[in-house]
Amino acid sequence: MPDGAVGGRPAPVMPLETPAPRSPLLLGDEAVALAALHAGISAAYAYPGTPSTEIFEYLEPRARALGVAAYWCTNEKTAYEQALGVSMVGGRALVSMKHVGLNVAMDPFVNSALVGIRGGLVVVVADDPGMHSSQNEQDSRILADFAGIPCLEPGNQQEAYDMTREAFSWSERHRVPVMVRMVTRLCHGKAEVVEGEPERRMPPSKPADAWEWTLLPGNARRLRKLLLESQAEVRRHTLESPWNRLEPGGASVRKGVITTGIARNYWLENRDDVPERRHHLHIGAYPAPRELVLRLVEEVDEILILEEGEPFLERRIRGLLPTEMEIRGKESGDLPMTGELTPEEVRRALGLPARPELTTGLVLPGRPPQLCNGCPHRDAFHAMGMALEGRERSVVAGDIGCYTLGALAPFQALESCVCMGASIGMAKGASDAGLRPAVAVIGDSTFLHSGITPLLDAVAHDTDMTVLILDNGTVGMTGQQPTVAPHSAIEAVVRGTGVSPEHLHVVDLHPKRVADVAEVIRREVAHPGLSVIIAVRECIESARKQKAEEKRREGGGAS
Amino acid sequence: MIKADIVLAGVGGQGVLTAAGLLAEAARRAGLTVKQGEIHGMSQRGGAVTANLRMADGPVASDLIPRGGATMILSLEPVEALRCLPYLADTGVVVTSSSPVENIPDYPPMADVLEALGRLPRSVVVDADPLAKKAGSGHANNVVMLGAAAALLPFPASLLRDVVGEYFRGRSARLEELNLKAFDSGQAAAAAAAATAG
Repeated sequence: MPDGAVGGRPAPVMPLETPAPRSPLLLGDEAVALAALHAGISAAYAYPGTPSTEIFEYLEPRARALGVAAYWCTNEKTAYEQALGVSMVGGRALVSMKHVGLNVAMDPFVNSALVGIRGGLVVVVADDPGMHSSQNEQDSRILADFAGIPCLEPGNQQEAYDMTREAFSWSERHRVPVMVRMVTRLCHGKAEVVEGEPERRMPPSKPADAWEWTLLPGNARRLRKLLLESQAEVRRHTLESPWNRLEPGGASVRKGVITTGIARNYWLENRDDVPERRHHLHIGAYPAPRELVLRLVEEVDEILILEEGEPFLERRIRGLLPTEMEIRGKESGDLPMTGELTPEEVRRALGLPARPELTTGLVLPGRPPQLCNGCPHRDAFHAMGMALEGRERSVVAGDIGCYTLGALAPFQALESCVCMGASIGMAKGASDAGLRPAVAVIGDSTFLHSGITPLLDAVAHDTDMTVLILDNGTVGMTGQQPTVAPHSAIEAVVRGTGVSPEHLHVVDLHPKRVADVAEVIRREVAHPGLSVIIAVRECIESARKQKAEEKRREGGGAS
Repeated sequence: MIKADIVLAGVGGQGVLTAAGLLAEAARRAGLTVKQGEIHGMSQRGGAVTANLRMADGPVASDLIPRGGATMILSLEPVEALRCLPYLADTGVVVTSSSPVENIPDYPPMADVLEALGRLPRSVVVDADPLAKKAGSGHANNVVMLGAAAALLPFPASLLRDVVGEYFRGRSARLEELNLKAFDSGQAAAAAAAATAG
């Protein structure tokens, strides 16, 4: 066939004779994982959450091959504390999570800034600006600042690797945890990554001074002072760091651009179309050095600040006092306050005309995500619909997972989704306030993550409510990671919280037994006290994957 | 200067990300700088899925292809191809399957969809599902469409074909054969479409 003749325009063809040697393509997440392994970590911990999941997925089998401990944990708090323990005995540790996971880990996170970090402790937090798969778009840089620790923000996959490597030595040098802040586009974007030389793992050793690790108030006051005193040294470090760079523009150009993280890519994407050569300050290491900002400001009358997430740097620079400087960014309305940055938005903010766009007159219907065909949650929602039919005053609090899609048509079965484990506490609150029946719907992994403690409250207060645990045996939404406990353990855990055995049911969620399950729900919803129903059926995707895996093994054996 | 910016589109489960990965690997082997961006997680379940693939013989800045900047939309589903049109450069080409995935209640009339595709300045429309089934699996429509796009890429079609073969050889000999067949049928269908278009 005529190569490139389709559509009438020949495509330029790359000659194959001299392909340059190329490194493997890695996701930003994978680059982080590889860097941690090369940094000689003793252990890694995580709880799955988009867009951070692939960090640990990539790391786990490779860690196992190296004899490095790597565990999916119950939640981000338990993960963080385990990583902290590794550091206490001198090992390097990686803990990774999504942005809202850091809220769960906030207690150990903030307090760990005060202790005397030994082995490098790196916390990788994957933000999700634009909320592709999250309930909010909080900016983790603010939390690094809040805790008083350095934060490195990669702008591409190579930097994700290099900065993660460096974060371990920063952590050991300043004796604080270091955050690596990722964002969805970087986590889930692939590019070449050139690897460095691996480092050796440090053997564990007892900390010489327990007072570096014991936050009794009197001692905590001493350690807090040490943290504050170390800030000057950290700021000197970020000033000298090549991750923060000021590139001068044209001699008579009075305009500047400040970028952070991946926002630099959108600036570079448009830079050649900008008529004047603007001064450019890039920030990749926080706290952002004041000296570099001042040096930029001397050269310009106007700065445009491009950053993914909150106008974190912009607010700092703008401050409260009036200034002659024209500061443009999100607060000025030049860029949207919500959503992720795009090349187009940055183009507009730079004053460049939009590129022409093709459109069709056709109105296109949306195509929202759906529960899989054969998903057990579908049957659970049908059963619930049958059980609650005619009960207009009921309230059903939902939770985080695939089953959150039950809030959409055709089920419209859930009336809330706030954070991991919230369904149980919120249903309890509704019941306490007098609105019943109150039902909580929560998945098995989410229950283990954050549902047990509110259930203890409901037991303690003998709340009139029903908890429906959808036990599909996996962390489904993020790609079928294992939960920390098997099916059987869920029942034992619930029984152990003190739920009355007469009102604790484990039901098989077989499609043919939906009416039976509905009957159990109906009965327990009518019971004026606490009841828990565990509806069990394996996630269709993990069943499928397992089947494929078995088939592959058999096939492999035969050939 | 070589520069190709491809928006891949389809419905969760169709193999958009696999197709993107194969294209990216071929580009990498051709010695090009590659950036491949995708969104995982919630969008995977029967929802609209896109991936951005950028390749050049120089540096690539943004992971996202700018609107009005894509040299190609490669879609496994016709409505999803149309959804991505704002990303296409005025000189760009749409390569799409015309086999619909009707998992939504308000899917537009097929005649309107085809008519909208027909009005585009440059398009290659291939009915991928029957070709995939003929090759041996309905799941191979993503590879059919890789074949359909192969002549319009900045590296030889044979390079992409080799990458496809190698990838599926790792799974099984049957999958390798089936997918190479799917690739070839997509390539032939695109050539035939181009010939009739004159």
